[in-house]
Amino acid sequence: MNQLLYTLQIADNALILGHRISEWCGHGPILEQDIALTNTALDHLGQARSLYQHAADMFNALSTDEKKTLFSSTALQNKINKGEALDEDDLAYLRDGWDFRNLLLTEQSNKDWAYTVVRSFLYDAFNFYFYTALQNSKDTVLAAIAEKSLKEVTYHLRWSSEWMIRLGDGTEESKARVQEALNNYWTFTGELFEATTVDNAALADGTGVDVAAIKIQWQERVNTVLDEATLTLPANVWMQSGGKECRHSEHLGYILAEMQFMQRAYPDMEW
Amino acid sequence: MTVHSFQEHFDAKIDNEVMIEPRDWMPDDYRKTLIRQISQHAHSEIVGMLPEGNWITRAPSLRRKAVLLAKVQDEGGHGLYLYSAAETLGITRDEMYDQLHTGKAKYSSIFNYPSLTWADMGAIGWLVDGAAIMNQVPLCRTSYGPYARAMVRVCKEESFHQRQGFEIMMVLANGTEVQKKLAQDALNRWWWPSIMMFGPSDADSPHTAQSMRWRIKRFTNDELRQKFIDVTVEQARLIGLTVPDPHLKWNEERGHYDFGPINWDEFWNVVKGNGPCNKERLEARKKAWEDGAWVRDAAMAHAEKRKARKENKVVKAA
Repeated sequence: MNQLLYTLQIADNALILGHRISEWCGHGPILEQDIALTNTALDHLGQARSLYQHAADMFNALSTDEKKTLFSSTALQNKINKGEALDEDDLAYLRDGWDFRNLLLTEQSNKDWAYTVVRSFLYDAFNFYFYTALQNSKDTVLAAIAEKSLKEVTYHLRWSSEWMIRLGDGTEESKARVQEALNNYWTFTGELFEATTVDNAALADGTGVDVAAIKIQWQERVNTVLDEATLTLPANVWMQSGGKECRHSEHLGYILAEMQFMQRAYPDMEW
Repeated sequence: MTVHSFQEHFDAKIDNEVMIEPRDWMPDDYRKTLIRQISQHAHSEIVGMLPEGNWITRAPSLRRKAVLLAKVQDEGGHGLYLYSAAETLGITRDEMYDQLHTGKAKYSSIFNYPSLTWADMGAIGWLVDGAAIMNQVPLCRTSYGPYARAMVRVCKEESFHQRQGFEIMMVLANGTEVQKKLAQDALNRWWWPSIMMFGPSDADSPHTAQSMRWRIKRFTNDELRQKFIDVTVEQARLIGLTVPDPHLKWNEERGHYDFGPINWDEFWNVVKGNGPCNKERLEARKKAWEDGAWVRDAAMAHAEKRKARKENKVVKAA
């Protein structure tokens, strides 16, 4: 059960951040960057799918009683009560926000290019070290997904680091904008390294990553990039958290209302 | 060479199916026609990202979402090849954007129709990309080299798009009652605008004759439209959908389908800016461009700083 929740946590990050990034498609400031960002959205979505498929397999292997207690939405309860197996789409489209485990950072709005770049950079730098460590997971499926995803994440981190530097060391306006975005989204970075009971259990049984341990690497990488970008580390150290334990910001409800609309209006159909 | 002999040399190349390349001499009107056509085509790709982009966040399954994202991304890529092809004729991308934003340059009118349901993702792929392929396959042999080569790449991807669109429609048409209704509704709304994508009738198409002579165009609007109808009517039948044209009838003698009158009044109105989404589409493009100005400025400023630092280092080293 813990392995399933742990996998969902990773999958939800990928799905929700991918969703946010995909909102840029067709609206980017430079055509080449529109294409690059859409590619990143596709990478996140691809990772989410592999992870949800793995999570669905684990869910379907649970006992009937365990299945009934795990998710609260009526739509999922109905499926479970009918004895139907769940798939990747059920997990993405039929859970309500209080069963989502993504980081608060991933659901924050795109706002403008600076906020989008900052959100990606802070997350990509985390994700890079996270997937690097996850390659050693005792869960061979997770390890394989991590290995495959790491190639993508390496590119994501290069892309977002370059943009941090370009905006920070660009014009006065771009510097002010990216510094403001950094100051405002910094409060969501504490949660990246906060170990929940799910994290601790996954670490203990050898399937999970020691998030506290990668904080040092993350901080070093962030410092290096901010330094080259001539940006200042935010002074605000008060951190928001809750996403990993299913307590979200107001944003997630709207993301899900939009994303899940078809499955809600036209349930139980093949698309 | 005199202008006269330049012209003869150009004509001989066209007659012998030798491609015209960017550094070759070409008549001014040939250049202008190509810039108009290629930039219009590039703009259509970019504006075309909007009606489909409209459903990315609402796609009904993760697989469909991934395919749609990849598809819309391809359209962006097509825009990129085409802008690059047009740039070889001596116009910049910024100039072309400016023509789009000021309404001087057109884009395909089909994208001024709204995408209202998920089934529209099927209908757009099947019909709009299908019609685009009919137009574009002959362009792989168009007389201007960079355009022809760009079109070879575009066409490969478009045929994949058309298949995925048809597949969406097929799944809907074979689905539940309400899914069939979604599919039929989408066909009803997209059929006539797709037929109009081939442009005005040959009799009213001011550029066709010259473009055919220059071998920019290989078939007339009406020829391509007929070909599209003949193919697509059969496909609709295959999946049990009804083409919304009561006059549609196989004509044994012509070996083609006869079809009903096209509402050219609607066509010209949408071209003139009175379509359901003309304003939204242009506003979205302008907003992306204007909101992105500071980003482009920053990228430029940073690149210049880097260059200056590099030069500084070289000077110091020397």
